[in-house]
Amino acid sequence: MPAQPHDAVNPAGGTDVPVIPATGRLVFGWLLVGIPLAYGVVTTLSRVGQLFG
Amino acid sequence: MNWLDRSRSIAPPGFNRWLIPPAALAVHLCIGQAYATSVYKSALIGHFGLSQTAIGIIFSIAIVMLGLSAAIMGTWVERSGPRKSMFVAASFWGAGFLVGAAGIFTSQLWLVYLGYGFIGGIGLGIGYISPVSTLMKWFPDRPGMATGMAIMGFGGGALIASPMSTALLKFFDGFDPAVDGADWIASGSSVGKLFLALGVLYFAVMMYGVLNIRVPAPGWMPRGWDPSKAKVSAMVTTAHVSAANAIRTRSFWLVWAVLFLNVTAGIGILEQASPMIQDFFRGADGNSAVNAAVAAGFVGMLSIGNMAGRFIWSSASDVIGRQRIYMVYLGAGALFYVVLAFFGGSSMLLFVAMAVVIISFYGGSFATAPAYLKDLFGTFQVGAIHGRLLTAWSAAGIAGPLIVNGLLDAQGKPGTMNAHNYLPVLLTMVGLLVIGFVASTLIRPVDAKYHEPEEELASARKGS
Repeated sequence: MPAQPHDAVNPAGGTDVPVIPATGRLVFGWLLVGIPLAYGVVTTLSRVGQLFG
Repeated sequence: MNWLDRSRSIAPPGFNRWLIPPAALAVHLCIGQAYATSVYKSALIGHFGLSQTAIGIIFSIAIVMLGLSAAIMGTWVERSGPRKSMFVAASFWGAGFLVGAAGIFTSQLWLVYLGYGFIGGIGLGIGYISPVSTLMKWFPDRPGMATGMAIMGFGGGALIASPMSTALLKFFDGFDPAVDGADWIASGSSVGKLFLALGVLYFAVMMYGVLNIRVPAPGWMPRGWDPSKAKVSAMVTTAHVSAANAIRTRSFWLVWAVLFLNVTAGIGILEQASPMIQDFFRGADGNSAVNAAVAAGFVGMLSIGNMAGRFIWSSASDVIGRQRIYMVYLGAGALFYVVLAFFGGSSMLLFVAMAVVIISFYGGSFATAPAYLKDLFGTFQVGAIHGRLLTAWSAAGIAGPLIVNGLLDAQGKPGTMNAHNYLPVLLTMVGLLVIGFVASTLIRPVDAKYHEPEEELASARKGS
């Protein structure tokens, strides 16, 4: 992706440019890391049950 | 390869900063596989016909290379930006598996040392630090939470790699539960195939991170966040210190000592988790109430505590302050070790709860460290300073097992002992944490003589 003009800095903090939601990319990115992580946690927890069973 | 340059990865106006944590996590979840090597350790011992120690050296080389490459390459990572450094990390991590696979297929252990240990270890070190300073620049309002999210991935990587590797090994071996049974150990060729699969898979997932990581434009701040209204603390500097100067300060070495002592103490439990819980609940007849399968559940519980602590405690440090949270890790950690040592054998719930909280502090100390460095030294070269700090991890990785194994060897054989045999090792851990607690109280803001002059910073910003 080519470099683009930088955000204008608001003297009060933050930027004047509203944040682009990018919902599709957000959902894809978080699912890409979230699904394997959930798989790992669930698989591990299924073994933990024996501790108190 | 210009597309890898820092200047080509500057975010456009309106870029959503919540796209950055998945890019960072994609890297850390992959390199976190380093904690799941026990899955194929027995298979490699059988394949090469060598001792546990000879095979264990593969992992030791990787962890030593992690610390060394993070320390040596930290300044390069800071200068080159996250995209190029994440690409290099993905290449080394993926290539490490492929060279390791060649070593397994040709039964040449030195190639596995070179591949997974040396080449992969460099990927580990560069990959570990590459997204951290970028995350703190995107989340100046919540740096602890931001780094906690990424470094949580390193803990979570093992949770994914362990069951996934087992499933793949069974697939490659054509595992049949009716024939192979519970004592099945994977063949060497299936471990070789696993290395090939992991090398390709991890490279692809890490490339998602490479393609999606962005650095904020100079002067960028989150919408609605005004740094002048942020809570002021004497421990949070607005100045910047170079990596070369940081290691000349007393505060850096105190943070180094705090991390080293906390990690060494955490390894005390992690190293012996499975035999330890069996020994703590051993009856007078010599039989333990905890079998190997239940002990494996305990190890899994520790992994979840390790991962969760990285996010929860590091996020909490944004609210209560970095120095205070380290005092909790070390002070409360010492107290919980005492409870574990004297009362752990009386209740399974108490034993597991104490151990999980102690390990969550272990994870938390890793995840909070970059934000602590940012508070003390600013963001100018925080990635490079973080790289140098990680030598504490390598040192603890050597010191922790040496202390624990040395003390336990004098008591008997783990897996055949009782709770009272663990008193010397657990009380030694208490001593280490108390020393760490004292060290953490001595950390002070960095003297102004180490701050970078404004013109140096301006010229560095122009250069990047």
